[in-house]
Amino acid sequence: MSGLNKVVDTYDQALAGIKDDMLLMVGGFGLCGIPEGLIQKVADSGVKNLTCISNNAGVDGFGLGKLLEKRQIKKMIGSYVGENKLFEQLFLSGEMEVELTPQGTIAEKIRATGAGIPGFYTATGYGTQIAEGKEVKEFNGRKYILEEAYPKADFALVKAWKADKFGNLIFKNTAANFNPMIATAGKITVVEVEEIVEPGQLDPNFVHTPGIYVDRVILGEFEKRIEQRTVKGK
Amino acid sequence: MALTKDQIAQTIAKELEDGFYVNLGIGIPTLVANYVPKDIQIMLQSENGLLGMGEFPTEEELDPDLINAGKQTVTAIDGAAIFNSSESFAMIRGGHVDLTVLGAFEVDQKGNLASWMIPKKLIKGMGGAMDLVAGAENIIVAMTHANKHGESKILKECSLPLTGVNCVKKVVTDLAVMELIDGKFHLLKRAPGVSVEEIQSKTQAELVINGDIEELTF
Repeated sequence: MSGLNKVVDTYDQALAGIKDDMLLMVGGFGLCGIPEGLIQKVADSGVKNLTCISNNAGVDGFGLGKLLEKRQIKKMIGSYVGENKLFEQLFLSGEMEVELTPQGTIAEKIRATGAGIPGFYTATGYGTQIAEGKEVKEFNGRKYILEEAYPKADFALVKAWKADKFGNLIFKNTAANFNPMIATAGKITVVEVEEIVEPGQLDPNFVHTPGIYVDRVILGEFEKRIEQRTVKGK
Repeated sequence: MALTKDQIAQTIAKELEDGFYVNLGIGIPTLVANYVPKDIQIMLQSENGLLGMGEFPTEEELDPDLINAGKQTVTAIDGAAIFNSSESFAMIRGGHVDLTVLGAFEVDQKGNLASWMIPKKLIKGMGGAMDLVAGAENIIVAMTHANKHGESKILKECSLPLTGVNCVKKVVTDLAVMELIDGKFHLLKRAPGVSVEEIQSKTQAELVINGDIEELTF
C-alpha cells in the first residue's frame, strides 16, 4: 500500500503509461521552471504524434527542443516560440501544426480545465485573428470572445521546488509560472522536484499546490540553463 | 533631430505617476525603467509572475529561477510579490495594471495596434501582448514614426494582423508625442528641430494640430 505517498523512484515509473498520440501539458516559461528530466525521458521513450501545450517550445537542443529534434510533436500550442530555429522550420514547412494563443488565455484555459469550467469570455484577442470562428458576446457595452477549456492532459508535466510525500508543492520565484495550473489539469500529473520532504515539514499556510492534484513525484536533477544571462555592471 | 531610443523612453517616463503599477514591454519600453522620476514610487509588473521587478542581478545574486518576461535574469525588490501565470493575467485582464508601455509595427486612428506578426516573415507569437492591450487601463505605444523607407506607421487603418482593437491612447515616436482622441491623433509635442510639416508628411492618419506645438526638451 502506498496510500497517499506519491513518490516514485525512477523516470520509468514517473511516466509509466505514456503512449503515442497523447496530449501533454508542460510547465515552464522559456527555460525557467521546466521539468527537465521528465522532458528528457519523453524524448528517450520515443513516443510520437504528441500534442503539447506549453507557453514556449524550449530552445534548440534543450527543453521541448529535444522533442522537436526527434519529431515527436505533431501539434504545438503556445504563445511565443521565437527562440527556436528548428521550430520555425518545422512550422513553416508544415511538418508540425501550431496553434498560437495569447499567454493569459492559455493560462486561463488550463486553469479552467483543472477547475471544471468548460469555457469563459475574454476581451483578449477580440477583433484579431485569434477571434476567428469564436462566439462573440457583449457584456456592459464591451465585446468578448468565448474561449473553451482544453481537454484534460493525458500527462501534465510539472516542475516544483519542494514537495512532501503527499504531493503538496511549493514553487520558487518565477519558476512557478504555468506549473501550478498545469498541475491541476492532468489525468496523470507528474511533478519533478528539487527536494522531497516528509508530510508536516511544509507549512500548510505556504503550500502553493495541494497534493490532491498530484499523482506522482520524482526527485530530479536540474541544469537550469539560463536563456538571457543579464547581470549588473560592476 | 529625431529622438534616440533613450529619449523616447525618457519622454514616456514623464507619464508615470506616483503609486503606478506598470508593465513594460521588450525593447524601448524596458528603457523607461531607467528614467523613473526620483520623487515618485512605482512598481514594475512582469507577466511571467513578478510584481516588483528590480535591476539586473550581480554575479552573486544571479538566480536562474528569477527572470522577467524577456527571459532575462532579474532581481525582486523589497516588497515584491511572486505569483503564477493565471494570477498574473488576472491582474492584467482585470484592469489592475495602471499603465502598459509596448512597441508596435503599426497603430491606427481607431486605436488599433499591430505588433505581433508579419505574415510569412515573422511568426513568433503574441506572448502576453494581446492580454496586455485588452486589459490595461492606459496604453502608451513606443515606436518609430516611419519605417526605413520613410513610410508612415501611424495609419488610418493597420495593414498587419492586429494585436488589439480600440486600445491605443498615446503614441510616442522618434518624431512626436500624439494622443488619440475620438478617432483622431492630436499632435502634442515634437522632437527638437523636427518641424510640424515633417511630422505631418510622415503621418498617414488624420492629424490634428492645434496652435503652436511645443518642442520636447532634454
